[in-house]
Amino acid sequence: MSLKSCLLAASLAALSTATAAWAEPVKVGMITTLSGGGAGLGLDVRDGFLLAVKQSGNTDIDMVIEDDQQKPDIAVQLADKMIQSDKVDVLTGIIWSNLAMAVVPGAVAQGKFYLSPNAGPSQLAGAGCNPNYFNVAWQNDNLHEAAGAYATSAGFANSFILAPNYPAGKDALTGYKRMYQGALAGEFYTQLGQTDYAAEIAQIRASGADSVFFFLPGGMGISFLKQYADSGVGLPVVGPAFSFDQGILQAVGAAALGVKNTSQWSKDIDNATNTAFVETFEAEYGRLPSLYASQGFDTANLLLSAMGKADVTDTAAFRAALKQADFASTRGDFRFNTNNHPIQDIYVREVIREGDVFTNKIIGTALSDHGDAYAAECKM
Amino acid sequence: MSERGFNALIAVGLIGFPLYALWLDEPFLITLATRAVVLALAGVGLNIALGIGGLVSLGHAVFFGIGGYAMGILASHAQAFDPIWQGAFTVTGTKSMPVIWLVALAASGLAALAIGALSLRTAGVYFIMITLAFGQMFFYFAISWPAYGGEDGLSIYVRNGFPGMNTLVPVQFYGLCLVLLFAGLALHWQIARSQFGLALNAARQSAVRVETVGLAPYRLRLIAFAISGMVTGLAGALFADLNRFVSPTMFSWQMSGEIMVFVILGGVARLFGPVVGAVLFITLEHLLGGISEYWLIWLGALLLGVVLFAPGGIVGLVTRRGHG
Amino acid sequence: MSLILLAEQVLNGLQFGVMLFLMAAGLTLVFGVMGLINLAHGSLYMVGAFAAAAVAGATGSFLLALVAALAAAAAAGALVEVLVIRRLYGRDHLDQVLATFALILIFSEGTRWLFGSFPLYLNIPAWLSGPVLLPGGIQYPAYRLALIGVGLAVALGLHLLIGHTRVGIRIRAGEADREMIAALGVDISRLYTFVFALGAALAGLAGALVGAIQSVQVGMGEPVLILAFVVIVIGGIGSIKGALIGALLVGVTDTLGGLLLPRLFGLVLDPSAAASVGSALAAMLIYLLMAAVLVWRPSGLFGVRA
Repeated sequence: MSLKSCLLAASLAALSTATAAWAEPVKVGMITTLSGGGAGLGLDVRDGFLLAVKQSGNTDIDMVIEDDQQKPDIAVQLADKMIQSDKVDVLTGIIWSNLAMAVVPGAVAQGKFYLSPNAGPSQLAGAGCNPNYFNVAWQNDNLHEAAGAYATSAGFANSFILAPNYPAGKDALTGYKRMYQGALAGEFYTQLGQTDYAAEIAQIRASGADSVFFFLPGGMGISFLKQYADSGVGLPVVGPAFSFDQGILQAVGAAALGVKNTSQWSKDIDNATNTAFVETFEAEYGRLPSLYASQGFDTANLLLSAMGKADVTDTAAFRAALKQADFASTRGDFRFNTNNHPIQDIYVREVIREGDVFTNKIIGTALSDHGDAYAAECKM
Repeated sequence: MSERGFNALIAVGLIGFPLYALWLDEPFLITLATRAVVLALAGVGLNIALGIGGLVSLGHAVFFGIGGYAMGILASHAQAFDPIWQGAFTVTGTKSMPVIWLVALAASGLAALAIGALSLRTAGVYFIMITLAFGQMFFYFAISWPAYGGEDGLSIYVRNGFPGMNTLVPVQFYGLCLVLLFAGLALHWQIARSQFGLALNAARQSAVRVETVGLAPYRLRLIAFAISGMVTGLAGALFADLNRFVSPTMFSWQMSGEIMVFVILGGVARLFGPVVGAVLFITLEHLLGGISEYWLIWLGALLLGVVLFAPGGIVGLVTRRGHG
Repeated sequence: MSLILLAEQVLNGLQFGVMLFLMAAGLTLVFGVMGLINLAHGSLYMVGAFAAAAVAGATGSFLLALVAALAAAAAAGALVEVLVIRRLYGRDHLDQVLATFALILIFSEGTRWLFGSFPLYLNIPAWLSGPVLLPGGIQYPAYRLALIGVGLAVALGLHLLIGHTRVGIRIRAGEADREMIAALGVDISRLYTFVFALGAALAGLAGALVGAIQSVQVGMGEPVLILAFVVIVIGGIGSIKGALIGALLVGVTDTLGGLLLPRLFGLVLDPSAAASVGSALAAMLIYLLMAAVLVWRPSGLFGVRA
């Protein structure tokens, strides 16, 4: 099941007039979530990626884009198809860490490159790192660590923290606690998929906390914020950008105003690439980009930069070219750590209203030039 | 077309398909076919309980998941060189398929006996719901159990080994799965023709009458449920090996629903019903996705069409007979 | 743990329960009267929520949004009944399962096609927001109190409908003996469409009411559907009273379980293990409850039809 973009037609036409200043065409397989409840994130990554490719004018990229339906076994099957049948050189696109863990180890073991535009599980940053695996977004703990650092610097001394009871949730609270130096008024694991947080909010009220940190992706976060705002508890809230990205904010509305969230990207980061990206994304797709879209955009530009320096069939050279990360990122300067994960600044943003639209504004930097806690375990 | 003829046609098709795929030089098609075959085996297991016994189990993914995790636990301990249990004697993991299959069969059989013993005290839609409940229990348990990955699941980097074969070669693994599918089908056929199967079928139609003849429907159903669970469990172990990955979604009610959809789509109680259903479903999933981002609507419409206009499933449509 | 926290949680359990009742009532009526398993009931919940979000966004009125939810869900229910469900009445449960499973796919992706893949905005109206001070010093959100009120009102309304109106008599007769009421000249198809649309409207109302405090997104109905099935099985299929008791039981058990189990385990295990084990068990708790009820009473607590 393939959704070939019109770039295929364009590249065929271009090849026939063959003025190849570039090297051989690169086949890219994108496995991402395009249907069901989680489709918003996959669509953003895809749209950001394709925008970058279109803007570059590079006709040597051949895209195969497939929908993983957020199911690990489908993702594995798609990866097999792309590697065996479509003969892709580079894989990308997976949003969720559990799907990434199912696909990435096998793919890189078969010599393919994987550029992650989102999922950054700790296993792949530490002992499971691989020279062919590059993460362009963050390591999963990063935004939570930044939240912990911000909470400390903002003077919060008694935090109530909560996340769902699954690996990413546990990693979130671990990351927060790594950088947060105050006391914990409570540490709570909710159920995955839980939609009613009245109990947790009541406990927050009763705990004497001075702040709340939560990681509740998707619909869970929307439910929590609405219920929290209505409860009148009123304590300051901190969280990672996942619950405050552009797609979710419109659904939460005023309940999110004033919340501080940590992100490696914001639409008001002041550099030429980012300004152009936000403008052109909105012009092309009719909506403001989210951090997922920026990650897709940066992933594509990383790939394009490597293609400009080396031939994808020369794996050692291509790998080195990827590692150089010599491209203009929406985040400004971009560089990789020894474990192929980014070293970057993580900002603190506040949710504000701009006219009719809810969006984020940077109010400070939580962590500068931050890598991740697992790089030391990587034997690369 | 007669049902026998149709079945033979499908069997030949399954045997010949890898040759076609090799001729096209598309090894991925063999992987796709293996997926269909493994899911068909899961359906065959369900069909034993559902088709012959009339037991509508909406929690059959429990056994699928147990088989998968049996493989996952054994293989992950083996690949990490970490014994499972060290006490008076040491229990180590293994990456040998025959051993894993035996463990999967045993584990899912035991689970089926336990779940069946409780569930078969109810009937009708209550039975459907209680089997669903057990499925959900295992699902939530697997998500919360950190030792084996929780929601992230377990990756097994190298496919397990079968003596004398290179299981990483797609066509060889396909052959293994196909042999097991045929074995499952043979088991179904044998049960259906046996005295046990006849009694079970009679109990499906009228439990009271069967009791008056001196047989115990409860025991018949329990045995059928256990056998059915074992076959689906074996399919689960194969599925985990195919993907080299096992995760709690193998326990989910959506998975149970899909297995049931294969069986109904192909034709309940038909020997090759689950095979036809699984092949059709996988083929459609593969082809329709390329047509539209909203391909699930078309799949739904197609399924609806089959239910409304082709009762008895595809096999029934082709052999022109209604429900058995 | 204070008594106030416990009291708040009991109220939360009640609120959760009455919302489940709205879902379960429709489901149990449809099964009781028409003998049909409807997996697409969760999709009707979703339709109600999306209709409410769309109308609230366009007009700014929450009450109009609720009316829209009722109307849209009832219309969707009636349409589906006439086009699809009607052909499934005499059929095996299996065919009903497959057909309604197909409907879930069509509804979900159809909604995504119409409204896009991002969640929609629906919020509590200003006149219902904020907490209210209850006797005993409990601060409880006004909106949730309103939900409890609406749920109980609907329960009363259904009781009056089923017990004291002509339609209700026909419904009860239909549950007891379908063929007989057809023989007595009741227009069965109109009755069935009415029952199905009524169940759908209740589901849509639940979707809109709950959507205001949760997330309005594709697939929001499926988790609730499973819970609704658990409720009607515990309560007994075909019984509205069973649906209410079952719903309240499930609501309170689930809410209190999530609160008390981690604390219970905290007595013997260390805090993080207790939290882990406790919350895992809490997730499984209502299924354990259902299994226990069925083992004790194989037809549910007030089962009408076996």
